[in-house]
Amino acid sequence: MTQTSPTSGFAPAITPQGLTSPEAVTSSLASVGYISTRSISTAVYLAHHLRKPVLVEGPAGVGKTDLAQSLSRALEYPLLRLQCYEGLDESKALYEWKYGKQLLYTQILKEKISELIGASDSLDASFRKLAGFQDLFFSRDFLEPRPVLRAMEQTSGSILLIDEIDKTDEEFEALLLEVLSDYQVTVPEIGTISAKVPPLVFLTSNATRELGDALRRRCLHLHIGFPDSERERLIVRARAPETPDMLLRQLVAFVQAVREENIRKLPSISETVDWARTLLLMHADRLDPDLVRDTLSVILKRQSDILDIAVKADQLTRTALEAAAGPG
Amino acid sequence: MERVLTSYIRALRSAGAQVSTAETLDAMNALALIGYADRIRMRETLGIVLAKSEDDKLIHERLFDQFFARAEAAPEDQSDAGDGDASPSDAPQSNPGEGSPDGGAPGQGGEDAFFQLARSGDEARIALALEQAAAASGADDIRFRTQTAFFTRRMLEEMGVRQLEERMVARLQNGSPEAQAEADELAAARAAMQTRAREYVDRLFDVFGRSATEAFLDDVVVNRPIGELSLRDMERMKAVVARMAKRLAIRHSHRRRKRRRGHLDIRRTMRANVRYDGTPFDLIWKEKRRDKPQIVAICDVSGSVAQYVRFLLLLLYALQEGIADLRAFAFSARLMDVGPILKTRDFDSAMKTIVREAGGGSTDYGQALCDLEALEPDLIDRRTTVLVLGDGRTNRTDPRLDIFSSIADRSKRIVWLCPEPPGMWGSGDSRIPSYQPFCTVLSHCATAQDIERAVDEALAAYG
Repeated sequence: MTQTSPTSGFAPAITPQGLTSPEAVTSSLASVGYISTRSISTAVYLAHHLRKPVLVEGPAGVGKTDLAQSLSRALEYPLLRLQCYEGLDESKALYEWKYGKQLLYTQILKEKISELIGASDSLDASFRKLAGFQDLFFSRDFLEPRPVLRAMEQTSGSILLIDEIDKTDEEFEALLLEVLSDYQVTVPEIGTISAKVPPLVFLTSNATRELGDALRRRCLHLHIGFPDSERERLIVRARAPETPDMLLRQLVAFVQAVREENIRKLPSISETVDWARTLLLMHADRLDPDLVRDTLSVILKRQSDILDIAVKADQLTRTALEAAAGPG
Repeated sequence: MERVLTSYIRALRSAGAQVSTAETLDAMNALALIGYADRIRMRETLGIVLAKSEDDKLIHERLFDQFFARAEAAPEDQSDAGDGDASPSDAPQSNPGEGSPDGGAPGQGGEDAFFQLARSGDEARIALALEQAAAASGADDIRFRTQTAFFTRRMLEEMGVRQLEERMVARLQNGSPEAQAEADELAAARAAMQTRAREYVDRLFDVFGRSATEAFLDDVVVNRPIGELSLRDMERMKAVVARMAKRLAIRHSHRRRKRRRGHLDIRRTMRANVRYDGTPFDLIWKEKRRDKPQIVAICDVSGSVAQYVRFLLLLLYALQEGIADLRAFAFSARLMDVGPILKTRDFDSAMKTIVREAGGGSTDYGQALCDLEALEPDLIDRRTTVLVLGDGRTNRTDPRLDIFSSIADRSKRIVWLCPEPPGMWGSGDSRIPSYQPFCTVLSHCATAQDIERAVDEALAAYG
């Protein structure tokens, strides 16, 4: 099977313990407090073995970025993060020349150079001599690697996180294609720099802009949605372990009910966790409508949403209490 | 298995998911890693490798179970040993005592083979025969539900039903009780196989045909004059309009800035080049920020035009994300702001309320324009596109061209959508020709597609 997979160009992959099977991915992620799902683990497993980047999409705050961070902790791989924004270009993402150092070196070497050239008698000869040195200033010593190139240079496994790719311009997307398909960066003055060990690449997107097909085709695609109540409970338990069991069930049931409502910005997992921590600080051991109304701003981030839900707080709390008391 | 996979990818494509050849290869590599044993894992794997957007994921979730229910019906050994055209010798010899004639290819199986197959009750064998017959008759190409009977018959013929029928007819003509009994038995066998074949074709239709049919019906709805839409079309239309809005939003949402080469941004260039000792290595050009579209929609909601208004508003409200400022007004005699109604209620009840409150009464364009100026005198500025939807039939009242021309002067553009065909403009009390000189675009707008085009044009002005 391996001869058909695109691994042949690289040194034989060393598969760390945490990537030997999808189940191993789940348990190693769990060891650092990230509650995975089958599809998340399968995607990570495939990404390593097929040598493909993963495009992670989903609403804000469901743990897209956290996946890469947790994985880097679990596998003890260095994490190289590239935060995208409008106007990001190659000098921030791939590499840049150290202009200052180049200038300084030319100044220092000035005399040395004139010495060298001075020895030759004709213009032609000095030109040829100089031509022999021209690569000096455009060599690796003067190259400042940015996250993507740094990831290519790692000698052991690494994780490259390209966060919020949808915030960049379309041109930048095209710039990444070479990295994503062949794990190499081409620097015109030097040549092509290939990855020593291909990094695990994660791209995240909130879908503020439709990504290009070329990019999608090169990636595996993972969609992380809002969790079901069981997974959400596990996550909150992992992140806010002191939460009393009853309160945990109630607040998760409440958040799940709020997601059913017609509001502009649905609360995500990170907000549930924040809420659990808030309630812990307030020494609450169960939900009640007043408490809910006082702390709504933790899970809802728009004034209109807060007003909408505050009106329904009594009813929603009651349903949540009932749901938490029931089985499941 | 590769054959099953490529067939599945074909099903995905016919359902509208975009799967490239490279992704097919990825899927094969991935499955080689994951294995075929675990159905759920397989579904997840294919979802990750093949379906690259949320829409595609939904298609995949729906198709996977349908498709592999079918593939599973086919016996395992076929995909492993068969490899391409499964020869009839692959068929398990489950009736050794009867020495079933395994020699003939499907189609020449003879009535005996068909009959025995039907009577054998051997699920694996029947499934295999169905699979082969389907492949031979090209039943995968099914696109419409009405083709079911045709492909069922084709499959049965591939399996040799014709010989069986001939024998049945011969027995019936014979007339003796034994012959009659045999004929009955043959007929029962035929009926049983027909049911099986039909079920099989139905499943094929679900996998390969349903989406094609849906796409076709969507296409019909989009191109049918809105006035002629039936209630069932309306339901379909909602989904279509949502998709239209998404398409428009994608087309017009990004790139809010445009570089203007040739205009140097001196301040930013100097700041960027401080590190090069002030030598301008990197030049930074001035950027022009684009305005977000602001739209004021003025809709005539009298009588037949109401239907069109419905679609325009549906589309505009679905687009709200991409539009900074959207105001909607409806009128027949007096003008009212319908934004609050549309925002607070679901669309159907909102439309009913609008038509009840604003509709009725004879149309008076002049009064409506007057009201607009009185209600919101500062609403329209140079960034505003005014969308007027109406037939321009003023009931012989004053069209108030003076107000209309002042709106035209102040706004970015006026787009008038008229449900009536150009031949009717100017006939009777239609004052379209009087309004025409002030409109940037005046277009006849009969179908949902026309409305999409008009809105597209209105938004493109901000590009």
